Amino acid sequence: MSEPVVRVEKLRKWFPVRMGFFTTLFTGKQLFVKAVDGISFSIKKGEIFGLAGESGSGKTTTGRLILRLLEPTSGKIFFKGKDITHASEEELKPLRREMQIVFQDPYESLNPRMTVGDIIAEPIRLLHAISDEKEVEERVKQVLEDAELTPPEEFIFRYPHELSGGQRQRVATARAFVLRPEFVVADEPVSMLDVSTRAEILNLMVSFVEKYQTSFLYITHDLALSRHMCDRIAIMYLGKIVEMGTTDQIVYEALHPYTKALIAAVPVPDPTSKRSEVVIKGEIPSPISPPPGCRFHTRCPSIIGDICRQKPPPLIDVGDNHLVACHLYGGKEVKS
Amino acid sequence: MSLLEVQNLTTHYTTLRGPVHAVEDVSFNLDEGKALGLAGESGCGKTTVALSILRILPFNGKILRGKIIFQGQDIVKLSESELRKNIRWKGISLIFQGAMNALNPLYKIEDQIIEAIRLHEPKISKKNARERVKQLFELVGLDPSRSKNYPHEFSGGMRQRAMIAMALACNPKILIADEPGTALDVIVQAQVLKLMTELQRKLNLAIIMISHDLSIISETCNDLAIMYAGKIVELGDVYSMFKKPLHPYTQGLIDAFPNIKEERRKMYSIPGYPPNLLKPPPGCRFHPRCKYAMDICTQKEPPYSEISKGHYVACHLYS
Repeated sequence: MSEPVVRVEKLRKWFPVRMGFFTTLFTGKQLFVKAVDGISFSIKKGEIFGLAGESGSGKTTTGRLILRLLEPTSGKIFFKGKDITHASEEELKPLRREMQIVFQDPYESLNPRMTVGDIIAEPIRLLHAISDEKEVEERVKQVLEDAELTPPEEFIFRYPHELSGGQRQRVATARAFVLRPEFVVADEPVSMLDVSTRAEILNLMVSFVEKYQTSFLYITHDLALSRHMCDRIAIMYLGKIVEMGTTDQIVYEALHPYTKALIAAVPVPDPTSKRSEVVIKGEIPSPISPPPGCRFHTRCPSIIGDICRQKPPPLIDVGDNHLVACHLYGGKEVKS
Repeated sequence: MSLLEVQNLTTHYTTLRGPVHAVEDVSFNLDEGKALGLAGESGCGKTTVALSILRILPFNGKILRGKIIFQGQDIVKLSESELRKNIRWKGISLIFQGAMNALNPLYKIEDQIIEAIRLHEPKISKKNARERVKQLFELVGLDPSRSKNYPHEFSGGMRQRAMIAMALACNPKILIADEPGTALDVIVQAQVLKLMTELQRKLNLAIIMISHDLSIISETCNDLAIMYAGKIVELGDVYSMFKKPLHPYTQGLIDAFPNIKEERRKMYSIPGYPPNLLKPPPGCRFHPRCKYAMDICTQKEPPYSEISKGHYVACHLYS
């Protein structure tokens, strides 16, 4: 098997909590928000990898860490086999051409003072990918056409405020793909958009992914959409991956009680289908002092005993690269 | 007679560039203990319908035509003081969109609910009001001992529950919920929706659920009205609406909601964008985006036709 495009190992990001001067002075303790706490996964070439979970589970932080928009606390990030965990800005610059991001809010991620043409050309110019201005324009026009913002001649001179939310997100997508990167992160790219346009944007992204064989990290809370979008899905809970597998494995053969609850909670657009009643109680605990043992044990409907409260379950392979971190599937230790 | 009858409601907003035709000729009925879903894209007039029913439109909004008949009286004709005395909170109450952030951070939750109770029922003593808050908390699944907390001590889901408790403070007959699920995580959203369904049953409450998310409506409502550009394009019970959507817009909208339990498929969307309501397209407002558009669609507004009992559609394909 070829080397995955992106691989992270035991990635961890702890944000220090800002506390009052006296609190620090007298307790002498520093608290951390354990946003991402030791996760490992890899994304193959041309694969759409979904990272799903509730808010506060660390999905966004993970995306930003991989792009090195945030400094990891520990762990390793490999991009095309190269360790970029501590690569300097200088070393990263050539890599920026190959890794891009589409942000959640197209109303804030586009500079209102730049025309669409300039917005899309900016990464090309900044990274000196193409020096000939004529060629830059050609490339911009072509990507606009690919993004179905036609006629491109017209859109090039428009400003973001003249565009609808869906069109803006098309511009953001075009900007991300204009350099034909090998890896793109999309952080909740459609959550701000209207229902009737969401699918268009996702289909556009899929078509770019297929065209350029991009590896795509799709960060979302919407499992129904990721079901139809992703090849593989990882479910995150409080900074940890609790289950990972192909989309079918996650949707049809979910093992972790949290995944099951999450899938059961997704509303189904079919009044005849009965909602399964396993709605788990409570809300996601604070990542500042996550529960010991399995982080989900405080809400888990199938808790099996003290082992859940004391020992964090390892992520184990139950077959066919279907990984789960739950003591229910922990083998010998559980049975004894 | 239905509990609430909205007939030909037309609401416009005056702006410097002319009137915005936010709601045009909207009619529907709501029976006691039933839940009606009002769905559509943003800007289709869902929220304006809710604001019109309670007559709390912003200063530039005006109900031009139509009747809103609640328990035999026409809300459109009532005076402000009558509205305050009999309709708002006591008859119909509203949970705003983003309600979790609608609580005043400076007051205890209990005091905020007591304020609402005492404003509408001045005779009730503070002690009794406090007692009622406790009961309301229990009703919505909150710990009554936490009624003296401040909003920041509550999580998002708990705040949403507190808002529901507050809306129920004066025993309304109708609860209007504007996007009750958005901004909540799926699991919390499922909990809140389950609560609303329970309340509907327990209190025989009529609910108008405003949402862009059809899957939420399909799980919680009895009837569904689809709005597009200020008009209801299709209305019927959820079963027939989902089983046999008639209007091309309804079909597109239902297709835009993938079912997690289905096989993987390409996602569908409706091409184009909703029209500018300053100058809505002539004829059927959906015709610029409709794949079945015919000549007549650009000229004549489609009338409602009743396809099966209680299932109405406004589309030239069926008239």
